[in-house]
Amino acid sequence: MNGPLLQAAGLIKSFPGVRALKGVNLSVRRGEVVAVIGENGAGKSTLMKILAGVQKPDGGTLKLDGNPVEFDSVQAAQDLGIALIHQELNLADNLDVAANLFLGRERVRYGLIDTRRHHQEARVHLAAVGLDLEPTVGVGSLSLGQRQLVEIAKALSVNAQVLIFDEPTSSLSSSEAARLFRVIQDLRSRGVGVVYISHRLGEVKELADRVVVLRDGENAGELARTEIHHGAMVRMMVGRDLSQFYVHEPHPPGPVVLELDGLRTAAHPRHPLSFQVRAGEIVGVAGLVGAGRTEMLEALFGVTPAAAGVMRVGGCEVRPGSPQEAIQAGLALVPEDRKRQGVILQMAVRENLSLAALRRDSPRGFLNRLGEDGLAKHMIESLRIKTPSAQQPVQFLSGGNQQKVVLGKWLALKPKVLLMDEPTRGIDVGAKHEIYRLMEELAKQGVAILFVSSELEEILGLSDRVLVLHEGRITGELPRSGLSEEAVLHLATDTQSSVHFIS
Amino acid sequence: MRKILGISALLLVVCVVTALASDSFLSGYNLENLIRRTALFGIISIGVAFVIVTGGIDLSVGSVVCLVGCGVPWLLTTHGWSVPAALAAAVVVSLGIGLFHGLLVTRLRLPPFVVTLCGLLLYRGVARGFTRDQTVGFGSDYKALRVLSTGEIPIPFVSGFSLPAPWIFLLVVAGLAALFLNRTVYGRHLLALGSNEQAARYSGINTGAMTVLAYVISSALAGLGGLLFVLDVNSAQPVDFGNFYELYAIAAAVLGGCSLRGGEGTIVGVIVGAALMQVLRNMITLVTTHNNVEFAIIGAVILAGVIADELVRRYALKRRAQREAAR
Repeated sequence: MNGPLLQAAGLIKSFPGVRALKGVNLSVRRGEVVAVIGENGAGKSTLMKILAGVQKPDGGTLKLDGNPVEFDSVQAAQDLGIALIHQELNLADNLDVAANLFLGRERVRYGLIDTRRHHQEARVHLAAVGLDLEPTVGVGSLSLGQRQLVEIAKALSVNAQVLIFDEPTSSLSSSEAARLFRVIQDLRSRGVGVVYISHRLGEVKELADRVVVLRDGENAGELARTEIHHGAMVRMMVGRDLSQFYVHEPHPPGPVVLELDGLRTAAHPRHPLSFQVRAGEIVGVAGLVGAGRTEMLEALFGVTPAAAGVMRVGGCEVRPGSPQEAIQAGLALVPEDRKRQGVILQMAVRENLSLAALRRDSPRGFLNRLGEDGLAKHMIESLRIKTPSAQQPVQFLSGGNQQKVVLGKWLALKPKVLLMDEPTRGIDVGAKHEIYRLMEELAKQGVAILFVSSELEEILGLSDRVLVLHEGRITGELPRSGLSEEAVLHLATDTQSSVHFIS
Repeated sequence: MRKILGISALLLVVCVVTALASDSFLSGYNLENLIRRTALFGIISIGVAFVIVTGGIDLSVGSVVCLVGCGVPWLLTTHGWSVPAALAAAVVVSLGIGLFHGLLVTRLRLPPFVVTLCGLLLYRGVARGFTRDQTVGFGSDYKALRVLSTGEIPIPFVSGFSLPAPWIFLLVVAGLAALFLNRTVYGRHLLALGSNEQAARYSGINTGAMTVLAYVISSALAGLGGLLFVLDVNSAQPVDFGNFYELYAIAAAVLGGCSLRGGEGTIVGVIVGAALMQVLRNMITLVTTHNNVEFAIIGAVILAGVIADELVRRYALKRRAQREAAR
């Protein structure tokens, strides 16, 4: 219990256009739960990936039990006793629990897999994480929470000394999360070092012995067990005066542009959605991951057409069955997964910018090259997209500039309603600021903006009004005057199930 | 552009080597035949290229060539259909096959490989069925129709060589295809969905309809190719007419710069690729004494081309990364 079990010092990592880590330090002792928190883009995920061997740092050192170590694969990290419990779970659905536990290191007898021994040993490992399962159950039939526990059992079965959890509760039900916390506490008492990333401050407060705060790829500070309070964590994460960062000035809203009347999404058909958004209004949608926010935007945009209910844009009833129809009705969506849904990476900035407006701008179907060039030039200038030229493939732009390209693509159509799903995910602080400024400007021009964000600060700083979703249901609507972090979190966790949020 | 230059250089090298190794390569008869075959294969390769650009694949091309190539003479000679009626049937069947493939791929979300592999088995089997596996042909009739493929267009001021008629079809098809792909909204949409189908759909592109269109174009051009092939050779044996043509077409498209990952390709490149395939086959017949190594040589050349392309691409990416890092 004396020296740190795992110690990282001065970790540096760059990606094209972003410096993700600028010299980060982190240490874990045996039997300690260290929580790593920070805003999106602060460098948490990159740090975890380096610790688990998914990525190699550009600089810095790693020590295990005081000895310098280097590894460049997940396998190598595991061999040293460091295991990552993935956000995206890494189990083979088609195999049973025992086969998954011993995947890649099967026990062999006479050249054949020793299934009996697998089952015996698997029972022991499963019991260690409190899973009452037969080893012959197929992983495909398990719930997400059970799968996660199987992964933990797998990590423990290879004698992992350091376990890294990356947003482990993001897709768990509250009872599954509670069980996970018991397992983590048990791991701590057995001397395992735990690194726990979460943006759910309530969980962090409940679990962590120490909190390490990252901001913009650097250590912003540390909190000891007794100092872990909600306010202290938020202050350290944001690290600046919010009123300066968010420049929101509400202006008188215009007529109702978007109106939902009992709209039922395919994902949560039991909960009808009804609300209005006015011209020039910015409405934030808050909620935990899995609350049905993305599903709501995708229903509005016709990606997954709504199951029932009425939606009106500018007073006219529309029922978009595809993005194409939604766009015709005056909607635009800045999607959650920029690289897969937002931009076409191999295509040039110009082609991406003109993609949505192309048909409108091309008489009789023939491309209007001059018009396309003009549009690209205009958008690059007015949105201040940093690119060597309009012909540059989008893949070589930074995340923030890629997001501006997505925005520019829609602005060319002058939409009435702009839907945005995590508009600043994974982009650096400077670019975030510019996106906020653009949202403000658009609202001023009379666009109705409905945006989803997991960053509370963003929701609080930008919204005229906030809708809170919980498991597909609108649990509340908060006017700007009644906005507070506590109020939003209260609604997002829906009190009955908020056992772990003692905020 | 870089790819087209590379493949053109390769074509030139193979031509020079063959000309040096064999006297008959440059003979008028051989050249004319070679150029005629290039046009015929160019047409079906352009069709496949459209599907490849969407990120799909069409393995049924050779069997569609067989179905149309055997079906048209069979309808004309065995059943006494009129020429317009037989051609109309060929058009309907080709378009129908493409539509069928496209709908299975977009609506049922079946993998293109499986859909068109079944097509490959199905259409040849059907052709062998209705012809009872007997050779069909035009005999000495239908001379006027056969001119479409066997005809020659004299080139002014050049004697001893004339342009084979299928080149008219190739030039028209290639011109329209290039116009479509590079100058229309729909071509842009096709390239966009080939690069990233999801982002294209989120941008309001009707990705389903565009994908179906690509399969229809592929089968339609395979049908046209099948007709021209049978008009050229006069008779067709259902058991092997058009055999492996899908592979020649896919190879031509890939050599010509189409990425099997989708979103990339030019019509000129595909034609050069088709020419290269034909010159390679010609070289094997002229230079070696046995034809049975044909596939081995073609396979090796394509593999070498694809490897070289990938290495050049990686090198360019690495250079780019170094430049970025230096800044």
